Amino acid sequence: MKFAGFSRKVAGATREYEVYAMRWYWIDRFIEFESGKQAKAIKAISLAEDHLRDHFPEYPVMPKSLIIEGMAQTGGLLVCEHGSFHEKVVLAKIAKAKFHGEAFPGDTLVYTATVEYIKKDGAMVSAVAHKGDQLHAEMELVFAHLQEGHEDRTLFEPSEFLKMMRMLGAYEVGHNADGLPLMPPADLCEEE
Amino acid sequence: MASKDEIFEKIQTALVDALGVDDDEVTPEATLVGDLGAESIDFLDIVFRLEKTFKISIPRGELFPEDVLTNSEYIQDGKVTEAGIAELRKRMPFADLDEFAKNPVVQDFGNLLTVADMCRFVEGKLEEAAE
Repeated sequence: MKFAGFSRKVAGATREYEVYAMRWYWIDRFIEFESGKQAKAIKAISLAEDHLRDHFPEYPVMPKSLIIEGMAQTGGLLVCEHGSFHEKVVLAKIAKAKFHGEAFPGDTLVYTATVEYIKKDGAMVSAVAHKGDQLHAEMELVFAHLQEGHEDRTLFEPSEFLKMMRMLGAYEVGHNADGLPLMPPADLCEEE
Repeated sequence: MASKDEIFEKIQTALVDALGVDDDEVTPEATLVGDLGAESIDFLDIVFRLEKTFKISIPRGELFPEDVLTNSEYIQDGKVTEAGIAELRKRMPFADLDEFAKNPVVQDFGNLLTVADMCRFVEGKLEEAAE
Protein backbone atom coordinates (compact mmCIF):
# COMPACT_ATOMS: atom_id res chain seq x y z
CA MET A 1 0.00 0.00 0.00
CA LYS A 2 1.42 3.36 -0.95
CA PHE A 3 0.12 6.29 0.98
CA ALA A 4 2.36 9.07 -0.10
CA GLY A 5 4.74 10.21 -2.78
CA PHE A 6 7.83 8.11 -2.35
CA SER A 7 11.10 9.92 -2.21
CA ARG A 8 14.41 8.17 -2.28
CA LYS A 9 17.99 9.22 -1.89
CA VAL A 10 20.05 8.15 -4.85
CA ALA A 11 23.64 7.04 -4.16
CA GLY A 12 26.05 9.86 -4.90
CA ALA A 13 23.32 12.40 -5.33
CA THR A 14 23.23 15.37 -3.03
CA ARG A 15 19.58 16.11 -3.22
CA GLU A 16 16.57 14.06 -2.51
CA TYR A 17 14.06 13.98 -5.28
CA GLU A 18 10.62 12.64 -5.73
CA VAL A 19 10.54 9.51 -7.84
CA TYR A 20 6.88 9.83 -8.58
CA ALA A 21 3.94 11.58 -7.09
CA MET A 22 1.29 9.67 -5.27
CA ARG A 23 -1.43 8.61 -7.66
CA TRP A 24 -2.62 5.54 -5.87
CA TYR A 25 -5.94 6.81 -4.53
CA TRP A 26 -8.66 4.25 -4.12
CA ILE A 27 -10.96 6.38 -2.03
CA ASP A 28 -12.48 9.68 -3.13
CA ARG A 29 -13.44 11.45 0.05
CA PHE A 30 -13.86 10.95 3.77
CA ILE A 31 -17.40 11.50 5.01
CA GLU A 32 -16.62 10.74 8.66
CA PHE A 33 -13.35 10.60 10.57
CA GLU A 34 -13.18 10.05 14.31
CA SER A 35 -9.56 10.03 15.39
CA GLY A 36 -8.36 6.64 16.62
CA LYS A 37 -11.81 5.06 16.26
CA GLN A 38 -13.60 5.01 12.95
CA ALA A 39 -13.50 6.50 9.48
CA LYS A 40 -15.91 6.36 6.57
CA ALA A 41 -14.85 7.02 3.03
CA ILE A 42 -16.65 6.84 -0.28
CA LYS A 43 -15.48 5.41 -3.54
CA ALA A 44 -17.50 6.37 -6.62
CA ILE A 45 -16.76 3.93 -9.40
CA SER A 46 -16.47 5.51 -12.83
CA LEU A 47 -16.31 3.96 -16.26
CA ALA A 48 -13.49 6.42 -16.94
CA GLU A 49 -11.16 4.37 -14.69
CA ASP A 50 -8.56 2.89 -16.97
CA HIS A 51 -8.46 -0.57 -15.47
CA LEU A 52 -12.14 -1.17 -16.17
CA ARG A 53 -11.34 -1.31 -19.87
CA ASP A 54 -9.62 -4.65 -19.30
CA HIS A 55 -11.46 -5.85 -16.23
CA PHE A 56 -13.37 -7.02 -18.19
CA PRO A 57 -13.77 -6.07 -21.87
CA GLU A 58 -17.41 -5.02 -22.37
CA TYR A 59 -18.18 -6.10 -18.79
CA PRO A 60 -16.57 -3.59 -16.43
CA VAL A 61 -16.39 -4.84 -12.82
CA MET A 62 -14.49 -3.09 -10.01
CA PRO A 63 -11.57 -5.43 -9.10
CA LYS A 64 -11.89 -6.75 -5.58
CA SER A 65 -8.19 -6.16 -4.97
CA LEU A 66 -8.74 -2.42 -5.47
CA ILE A 67 -11.72 -2.45 -3.13
CA ILE A 68 -9.45 -4.07 -0.52
CA GLU A 69 -6.86 -1.35 -1.24
CA GLY A 70 -9.47 1.38 -0.75
CA MET A 71 -10.57 -0.13 2.54
CA ALA A 72 -6.93 -0.44 3.58
CA GLN A 73 -6.33 3.23 2.71
CA THR A 74 -9.34 4.20 4.82
CA GLY A 75 -8.09 2.14 7.78
CA GLY A 76 -4.41 2.93 7.20
CA LEU A 77 -4.94 6.68 7.30
CA LEU A 78 -7.00 6.24 10.45
CA VAL A 79 -4.06 4.42 12.08
CA CYS A 80 -1.49 6.90 10.70
CA GLU A 81 -3.45 9.91 11.93
CA HIS A 82 -3.64 8.43 15.42
CA GLY A 83 0.17 8.36 15.50
CA SER A 84 0.39 11.91 14.11
CA PHE A 85 1.85 10.38 10.93
CA HIS A 86 5.17 9.63 12.62
CA GLU A 87 4.87 5.84 12.61
CA LYS A 88 5.84 3.93 9.48
CA VAL A 89 2.55 2.12 8.96
CA VAL A 90 2.39 -0.68 6.44
CA LEU A 91 -0.40 -3.07 5.55
CA ALA A 92 1.00 -6.33 6.85
CA LYS A 93 -1.81 -8.78 6.46
CA ILE A 94 -5.34 -9.17 5.15
CA ALA A 95 -6.64 -11.55 7.78
CA LYS A 96 -10.09 -11.74 6.22
CA ALA A 97 -11.70 -10.57 3.00
CA LYS A 98 -15.22 -11.63 2.18
CA PHE A 99 -17.26 -10.25 -0.71
CA HIS A 100 -20.99 -10.50 -1.16
CA GLY A 101 -21.35 -9.23 -4.71
CA GLU A 102 -19.89 -7.19 -7.55
CA ALA A 103 -19.55 -3.42 -7.93
CA PHE A 104 -19.99 -1.70 -11.29
CA PRO A 105 -19.46 1.76 -12.82
CA GLY A 106 -22.06 4.11 -11.36
CA ASP A 107 -22.00 2.38 -7.98
CA THR A 108 -20.86 4.22 -4.88
CA LEU A 109 -19.20 2.16 -2.19
CA VAL A 110 -18.99 3.36 1.39
CA TYR A 111 -16.04 1.97 3.33
CA THR A 112 -16.25 1.98 7.12
CA ALA A 113 -13.01 1.19 8.96
CA THR A 114 -13.08 0.61 12.70
CA VAL A 115 -10.00 0.39 14.90
CA GLU A 116 -9.93 -2.81 16.93
CA TYR A 117 -6.51 -2.13 18.40
CA ILE A 118 -3.68 0.33 18.02
CA LYS A 119 -0.52 -0.73 19.85
CA LYS A 120 3.18 -0.01 19.71
CA ASP A 121 3.80 -2.82 17.22
CA GLY A 122 0.85 -2.23 14.94
CA ALA A 123 -2.89 -2.11 14.63
CA MET A 124 -5.87 -4.17 13.66
CA VAL A 125 -8.75 -2.65 11.76
CA SER A 126 -12.05 -4.24 10.82
CA ALA A 127 -13.72 -2.78 7.77
CA VAL A 128 -16.96 -3.17 5.87
CA ALA A 129 -18.09 -1.88 2.49
CA HIS A 130 -21.67 -1.06 1.67
CA LYS A 131 -23.34 -0.51 -1.68
CA GLY A 132 -26.44 1.43 -0.73
CA ASP A 133 -27.98 -0.53 2.14
CA GLN A 134 -26.35 -3.77 1.08
CA LEU A 135 -23.31 -5.20 2.78
CA HIS A 136 -20.77 -5.55 -0.01
CA ALA A 137 -17.55 -6.70 1.70
CA GLU A 138 -16.02 -7.46 5.11
CA MET A 139 -12.34 -7.24 5.99
CA GLU A 140 -9.90 -7.66 8.82
CA LEU A 141 -6.65 -5.82 8.21
CA VAL A 142 -3.45 -5.93 10.24
CA PHE A 143 -1.06 -3.00 10.02
CA ALA A 144 2.50 -3.12 11.32
CA HIS A 145 4.59 -0.24 12.58
CA LEU A 146 8.05 -0.71 11.13
CA GLN A 147 10.65 -0.43 13.84
CA GLU A 148 14.10 -1.95 14.23
CA GLY A 149 16.24 -1.75 11.15
CA HIS A 150 13.97 0.70 9.36
CA GLU A 151 14.74 3.90 11.28
CA ASP A 152 16.59 5.55 8.47
CA ARG A 153 14.39 4.44 5.62
CA THR A 154 12.17 7.05 4.07
CA LEU A 155 9.10 5.09 3.13
CA PHE A 156 6.64 7.90 3.36
CA GLU A 157 6.89 11.64 3.64
CA PRO A 158 4.69 12.69 6.58
CA SER A 159 3.88 15.98 4.85
CA GLU A 160 2.39 13.99 1.95
CA PHE A 161 -0.08 12.49 4.38
CA LEU A 162 -1.22 15.96 5.26
CA LYS A 163 -1.88 16.78 1.62
CA MET A 164 -3.75 13.52 1.19
CA MET A 165 -5.84 14.02 4.31
CA ARG A 166 -6.75 17.54 3.17
CA MET A 167 -7.55 16.46 -0.35
CA LEU A 168 -9.79 13.69 0.95
CA GLY A 169 -11.62 16.11 3.23
CA ALA A 170 -10.63 14.44 6.51
CA TYR A 171 -10.16 17.79 8.28
CA GLU A 172 -13.54 19.03 7.05
CA VAL A 173 -15.51 16.17 8.58
CA GLY A 174 -13.12 14.84 11.23
CA HIS A 175 -13.14 15.19 14.97
CA ASN A 176 -11.02 13.91 17.81
CA ALA A 177 -12.07 11.73 20.75
CA ASP A 178 -13.33 14.81 22.63
CA GLY A 179 -15.57 15.82 19.76
CA LEU A 180 -13.39 18.79 18.81
CA PRO A 181 -12.55 19.38 15.15
CA LEU A 182 -9.70 17.29 13.85
CA MET A 183 -6.55 19.37 13.37
CA PRO A 184 -3.40 18.47 11.44
CA PRO A 185 -0.32 17.93 13.63
CA ALA A 186 1.41 21.26 14.27
CA ASP A 187 4.89 19.96 13.36
CA LEU A 188 3.72 18.86 9.92
CA CYS A 189 2.05 22.21 9.31
CA GLU A 190 5.37 23.90 10.09
CA GLU A 191 7.11 21.71 7.52
CA GLU A 192 4.80 22.94 4.77
CA MET B 1 -11.72 -18.01 35.43
CA ALA B 2 -12.20 -19.89 32.17
CA SER B 3 -11.65 -23.66 32.24
CA LYS B 4 -8.83 -25.28 30.26
CA ASP B 5 -11.32 -26.48 27.66
CA GLU B 6 -12.77 -23.00 27.25
CA ILE B 7 -9.28 -21.55 26.88
CA PHE B 8 -8.41 -24.13 24.24
CA GLU B 9 -11.62 -23.48 22.29
CA LYS B 10 -11.04 -19.73 22.27
CA ILE B 11 -7.44 -20.15 21.19
CA GLN B 12 -8.59 -22.55 18.50
CA THR B 13 -11.01 -19.91 17.18
CA ALA B 14 -8.30 -17.23 17.27
CA LEU B 15 -5.91 -19.44 15.31
CA VAL B 16 -8.55 -20.49 12.78
CA ASP B 17 -9.35 -16.80 12.16
CA ALA B 18 -5.73 -15.64 12.11
CA LEU B 19 -4.22 -18.45 10.08
CA GLY B 20 -7.10 -19.61 7.91
CA VAL B 21 -6.70 -23.22 9.09
CA ASP B 22 -9.46 -25.73 9.88
CA ASP B 23 -10.64 -26.42 13.43
CA ASP B 24 -9.37 -29.99 13.35
CA GLU B 25 -5.87 -28.88 12.42
CA VAL B 26 -5.59 -26.91 15.67
CA THR B 27 -4.68 -29.73 18.05
CA PRO B 28 -2.74 -29.24 21.30
CA GLU B 29 0.35 -30.85 19.75
CA ALA B 30 0.32 -28.75 16.56
CA THR B 31 3.25 -26.37 16.20
CA LEU B 32 2.29 -22.86 15.19
CA VAL B 33 4.95 -22.45 12.53
CA GLY B 34 5.50 -25.95 11.21
CA ASP B 35 2.00 -27.41 11.37
CA LEU B 36 -0.21 -24.34 11.16
CA GLY B 37 1.99 -22.27 8.85
CA ALA B 38 2.25 -19.15 11.03
CA GLU B 39 4.63 -16.50 9.74
CA SER B 40 6.18 -13.72 11.80
CA ILE B 41 3.44 -11.19 11.01
CA ASP B 42 0.83 -13.73 12.11
CA PHE B 43 2.16 -13.52 15.67
CA LEU B 44 1.18 -9.84 15.76
CA ASP B 45 -2.31 -10.83 14.60
CA ILE B 46 -2.53 -13.78 17.04
CA VAL B 47 -1.42 -11.63 19.97
CA PHE B 48 -4.07 -8.99 19.09
CA ARG B 49 -6.74 -11.68 19.03
CA LEU B 50 -5.65 -13.27 22.32
CA GLU B 51 -5.61 -9.88 24.03
CA LYS B 52 -9.09 -9.09 22.78
CA THR B 53 -10.56 -12.53 23.48
CA PHE B 54 -9.13 -12.91 26.98
CA LYS B 55 -8.91 -9.21 27.87
CA ILE B 56 -5.24 -9.55 28.76
CA SER B 57 -2.16 -7.58 27.84
CA ILE B 58 0.72 -9.36 26.13
CA PRO B 59 3.82 -7.16 25.89
CA ARG B 60 6.09 -7.75 22.92
CA GLY B 61 8.53 -10.60 23.48
CA GLU B 62 6.54 -12.23 26.26
CA LEU B 63 5.08 -15.06 24.20
CA PHE B 64 8.01 -15.28 21.86
CA PRO B 65 11.20 -13.83 23.42
CA GLU B 66 12.90 -13.02 20.14
CA ASP B 67 15.31 -10.64 21.88
CA VAL B 68 17.09 -13.64 23.45
CA LEU B 69 17.78 -15.03 19.99
CA THR B 70 19.31 -11.80 18.75
CA ASN B 71 21.43 -11.27 21.85
CA SER B 72 25.07 -12.23 21.13
CA GLU B 73 25.49 -13.07 24.80
CA TYR B 74 23.18 -16.06 24.34
CA ILE B 75 24.14 -17.23 20.85
CA GLN B 76 27.28 -19.00 19.69
CA ASP B 77 27.84 -20.56 16.26
CA GLY B 78 24.15 -20.47 15.43
CA LYS B 79 23.17 -22.24 18.64
CA VAL B 80 21.67 -21.02 21.88
CA THR B 81 24.20 -21.23 24.72
CA GLU B 82 23.47 -22.80 28.11
CA ALA B 83 22.94 -19.33 29.54
CA GLY B 84 20.55 -18.65 26.66
CA ILE B 85 18.59 -21.84 27.37
CA ALA B 86 18.39 -20.88 31.03
CA GLU B 87 17.07 -17.45 30.03
CA LEU B 88 14.52 -19.02 27.69
CA ARG B 89 13.34 -21.41 30.43
CA LYS B 90 12.90 -18.43 32.73
CA ARG B 91 11.02 -16.41 30.15
CA MET B 92 8.97 -19.29 28.73
CA PRO B 93 7.82 -21.41 31.68
CA PHE B 94 4.81 -22.43 29.58
CA ALA B 95 6.93 -24.16 26.91
CA ASP B 96 8.68 -27.53 26.98
CA LEU B 97 12.24 -26.72 25.98
CA ASP B 98 13.81 -30.12 26.76
CA GLU B 99 13.81 -31.40 23.18
CA PHE B 100 15.07 -28.08 21.79
CA ALA B 101 17.83 -27.95 24.44
CA LYS B 102 19.37 -31.19 23.09
CA ASN B 103 20.38 -29.44 19.86
CA PRO B 104 19.50 -25.76 20.29
CA VAL B 105 19.90 -24.52 16.72
CA VAL B 106 18.53 -20.98 16.59
CA GLN B 107 16.70 -21.60 13.32
CA ASP B 108 14.70 -24.44 14.91
CA PHE B 109 13.45 -22.23 17.71
CA GLY B 110 10.69 -20.73 15.57
CA ASN B 111 9.07 -24.12 15.28
CA LEU B 112 9.04 -24.81 18.99
CA LEU B 113 5.80 -23.24 20.14
CA THR B 114 2.74 -25.52 20.17
CA VAL B 115 -0.94 -24.81 20.68
CA ALA B 116 -0.67 -26.44 24.13
CA ASP B 117 2.16 -24.02 25.01
CA MET B 118 -0.05 -21.14 23.99
CA CYS B 119 -2.87 -22.49 26.19
CA ARG B 120 -0.48 -22.70 29.17
CA PHE B 121 0.72 -19.19 28.43
CA VAL B 122 -2.84 -17.81 28.47
CA GLU B 123 -3.70 -19.82 31.61
CA GLY B 124 -0.69 -18.19 33.31
CA LYS B 125 -1.76 -14.72 32.18
CA LEU B 126 -5.31 -15.26 33.44
CA GLU B 127 -4.04 -16.53 36.82
CA GLU B 128 -1.79 -13.48 37.04
CA ALA B 129 -4.74 -11.21 36.30
CA ALA B 130 -6.92 -12.95 38.91
CA GLU B 131 -4.37 -12.47 41.71
